[in-house]
This record gives sequence, C-alpha cells and structure tokens, in this order.
Amino acid sequence: MIDQADAPANAQTECAAATGTSDSRNRLIPYAVLCELTHRCPLQCPYCSNPVELERASREIDTDAWKSVLSQAVDMGILQAHFSGGEPTVRKDLEEMVEHASKAGLYTNLITSGVLLTPARLDRLRDAGLDHVQVSFQDTESENADRIAGFRGHAKKQEAARMVRAADLPLTVNAVMHRQNLHHLEDMIAMAVELDAERLEVAQVQYYGWALKNRQAFLPTRDQLDEATRIVEEARVRLKGILAIDYVVPDYYARRPKSCMGGWGRQFLNITPAGKVLPCHAAESLDFLEFENVTERPLAWIWEHSSAFNRFRGTDWMPEPCRSCDRREIDWGGCRCQAFALTGDPDTTDPACEFAPQRHVLEMPIGEAGGEIPEFVYRRIGNG
Amino acid sequence: MSERLLLNSTSVPRLPRHAKLRFDRARDCWIINAPERVFELDAIAGEVIQLVDGTRTLAILVDELATKYNQAPRADIERDVTAMLQNLADKGFVIA
Repeated sequence: MIDQADAPANAQTECAAATGTSDSRNRLIPYAVLCELTHRCPLQCPYCSNPVELERASREIDTDAWKSVLSQAVDMGILQAHFSGGEPTVRKDLEEMVEHASKAGLYTNLITSGVLLTPARLDRLRDAGLDHVQVSFQDTESENADRIAGFRGHAKKQEAARMVRAADLPLTVNAVMHRQNLHHLEDMIAMAVELDAERLEVAQVQYYGWALKNRQAFLPTRDQLDEATRIVEEARVRLKGILAIDYVVPDYYARRPKSCMGGWGRQFLNITPAGKVLPCHAAESLDFLEFENVTERPLAWIWEHSSAFNRFRGTDWMPEPCRSCDRREIDWGGCRCQAFALTGDPDTTDPACEFAPQRHVLEMPIGEAGGEIPEFVYRRIGNG
Repeated sequence: MSERLLLNSTSVPRLPRHAKLRFDRARDCWIINAPERVFELDAIAGEVIQLVDGTRTLAILVDELATKYNQAPRADIERDVTAMLQNLADKGFVIA
C-alpha cells in the first residue's frame, strides 16, 4: 500500500558522487535493495506503487530464498534492506528475515501501513535488529483517510506509530499527499511531531500504475502545489533539528525530471514477491523487458549482466536532447516508466523535462487538474 | 524531540539509534546508514565520527584530534568539527 515515494527513488546519498560509487574493477555498487515480500495488503490505496497485475500469495518466494538474497546483497556491497509490500507484516517470517539481514550487517527498514502491528511483534522485530520503521498515513482526518485507503485503519495507524516509539524504534511518518488531502498538510506536520517521529516524508503522488489510473482524482493544481511547498519550507526552518522533512513534488510541474532511482541500474534493486529483480518497483510496466529471478540466477549476475539492468544503464541509450545535455549524468534522462506510460516510447526524454519533445502530453492532465473529482479505482486483484 | 540541539564544548555527542556507523569495505570508507540515506564520509570526517561515541565531550574530542593533527591550530579544528557535527545534528544524525 505504499506510494512510489516510499521506495528508494528519493533516497539520497550524500557526499557520494552523483553517479554512484564503483569498486576497484569499476563496477557500480548498489546501495539498497527493496524487498517486496508480498502484494497482500488489507488496504486498497488507489495510488499504490505495486504493479497493476498483483502477484498472488501462492507465487511468493519462501524464507530461505529471501535469506539467500539478503546474504548475496551484503556480498555485493549493498548497505540497506527495505522490507515492504503489499503489507510486509502479513509475512509471518518477517522477524526471521530481519534478523538474518541485520546479522549480516544490513541496515533494516520496515515500510508498513501499521494496521497489523502489535506491541509484542514490534518488540520481536526490534530484538531481531530492526533499525527503523516507516508508517504511512492517508490523511490526518480519519473519515477521509479511511476513504482513500478503502479500509478503516487510520486510528490503528496512529496507535501503531505510538507503539513504534514505545518500542524505542525510530519512526518516519510517510504522508502521501494529493489534491484530496493537501489542505491538511499543516495538520500532518503537527501530527508527525506529536507522534514523536524523527522524520516526515511528504510525498506527492507519482503517476504510475494505479496512480496513473487515478490521476485526475489526485493531481493537485499548480496553486495547491505552491502552497504545499511554502508550508514545507516554513516548517523545515521552524522544525530544524526536531523533525526532518523530505519533500517529493509531482514532477508534472517540474522543469527538470527527477533523477529516477539515481539512474537506471546504478544504486538500487527491487525484488518482487515472486523473486523477479527489477531496477525499480514500477519497471514491470515496461512490458517488453525480461526480468531475471533470484531463484534462477545469482543476484550479482543479474545486477551486472542482465539485459533489463543494462537496457537503460548509463548514457549510451539516450536520445537527444538528453545525449548532449549537461545534466545527462544528473537526471539520467528522468524516468523510463513515465516516458513509456505517457508517450508509448521508452527511449524518449521523460516528458517531465521542459526540453522533452513530447512535453505536450502533460498539458491535458495539468489542464484538467482541479476539475471534477472522479471515483477511485481501488487497488485490488481483478481491478487492474 | 521538542527543541533544536545546539552543540557546544560541553556537549557529549553520539549517534541516535537510527544512524549506524560502520566501515564499508566495498567503498573503502566510513559510512553512516540512516533512513533512506547513506552518508559516505571522507577520511577526515571518518576520523571525527569514530570519536562520536557518547563518552567524550566536544572539547575532549577536539583535544584528541588536535594532538593527533598537531600542525593544525586547535581553534581551526574546533570550528570545523563543531560545524560538521552541528550540520549532522540539524539533520537528526547526531544527538547529545
């Protein structure tokens, strides 16, 4: 039930070269692996980052397969493991995987809706070595939050966030914001402080998969976005050293595209519940790519040699105007999934760039932002 | 947390639970792991951060560095180290 912004697309490496780091043989070393343990989730958020074709429980890889992946990740130089979903706590073996990752030296992060957490489970996860918990919120006001999630969970989420702090685990509040809750942004910041979070992620919905189906229901107007940016900037100054705020803006209003995943196949891997290895959580939308599986190939081989990871790696694939752009190794041509979803051409410049030849595809959605709000297409099997 | 932490010479800085320091062999440098962030530290920052362990005051920490790097004036080291750690404190990666 997480938004794409929960995924390491917006993770940052500071003091690192923007191009990532390489080892002595000049191979890129990834920073993080996102383990999507399951697509099962009680929530049905219409902006879910999971693919529209959800994986069924019977296809999930087992505990030993995940443990092998985590050990291989450490050997590759990966530093962080994010446990996500779906709702990762539906997996009864979560503690076992966290313990395995933690003992191997990985920094472990749980990305959860919180609705299934109990104090006893959090204690077990903490004792297994869990380093950090992110709890998502749909709004600050329970009626609207529950409507967006398609699940009555807001009160439980607040309770879960308090349980996280009571277990002495560090907390990030993950707030997915859009035109139907942006008017509560100041309340969301206050709620994060009140819940004793160390960090707040204000993540505007990014439009892939489910969110793209629901774009008109979510895309804010330019004025709403400017107001949100003003609120975040003011709060960052006021709460310096108290609450760190990460802010992800919807790139439809940007002049330059985001550096999606820090560049294709440069910093991150995403592993699906069925064991497929993707350069980002949305990559299966590029339906012409073939993805290797951890049950069939070593992770390092997939990272280094697989056709999917090499398809958009570096700058050789780039068209103009990317190829001769002085930002080609900063934004890496933007997002391939977005370019493909909006134009049908995966090799074109991301339309979020003002120099993109197909920039005009954003005119229609931006023109309709603020108009009539359609019903949600909820995230559930069979609704894709 | 309800107030911004301002470091001074009597502060005893340490890393919070969510920030974990370790040497990374693959990248050959000290790193701090934090939620969705990795700080790769250069050699000097790596030297400083290894002393941030919740046992030393900032003054003692600077004294130790000044002894080790005796070409640099203590005042310069104090200024640079305080600025580096205050910057990390403002991001929530150093507490005291």
